[in-house]
Amino acid sequence: MKTLRFLFLAAFFAILFRASFSLPPRGDMNAPAMQERSRSGSVSAGSYYMEHSYQDTHTENIVTAVLADYRAFDTLGETLVVFVAGVACTLILTKRRKGS
Amino acid sequence: MILGTSSVVVRLSCRVVARIIQVFAVYVVFHGHYSPGGGFQGGGLLAAAVILMRIGEGLEASQRELPNRHALLLGSIGALVFLLSGIANAIFGGRYLQYDSLPFKAIPPDELHYWEILVIEVGVALAVMGILVAIFDRLMEGVQEND
Repeated sequence: MKTLRFLFLAAFFAILFRASFSLPPRGDMNAPAMQERSRSGSVSAGSYYMEHSYQDTHTENIVTAVLADYRAFDTLGETLVVFVAGVACTLILTKRRKGS
Repeated sequence: MILGTSSVVVRLSCRVVARIIQVFAVYVVFHGHYSPGGGFQGGGLLAAAVILMRIGEGLEASQRELPNRHALLLGSIGALVFLLSGIANAIFGGRYLQYDSLPFKAIPPDELHYWEILVIEVGVALAVMGILVAIFDRLMEGVQEND
């Protein structure tokens, strides 16, 4: 059983390692993520961010501009999830007084 | 697990390293506009500095760093900063979290985006830091009483 598990993991690693050679190099302008239109013909969001994010937000880091500006509502949700999870942990872990 | 140590070397190096971590955390938060980083990462580093002080100096001695009861309060303030900045945008006639609706005529809209991104990054950092420290404190409460 242990050998089988090891073989399974090794095969999975080999597949991923082989697939990593097919990834486009970083910054390649012909990569699918860099195209103005996706393969299905719709306009991709990434090209909009790359062209307009500096004029819109005066922020050089596009990742920050997307996370905190274009997708700020998503980041708000993430923050609230972290907050609610922390409050729940606090409530569960706080030692109750005897008798209550 | 014993928190706090009598070794002078460990205590002093914990203090020094915690300060360095805090400075780097503030750098990560405020330099998120130009380099990888931002609120979540900076908040994690701030919490790491406080937790290092908790481990090195002991729970009692490190209460001056950040008192137990203030951690959750700090987290709430961080989340509220984010929520209220969005509500402020809505009050001044924009959509929720539409940053350029604030009534500062002297500042161009892209600069308004720039500054409010900074505000919400600081809010996220405070929230993450407060929550992580609060969870650590609650966990250590149980450990100390059981050993």
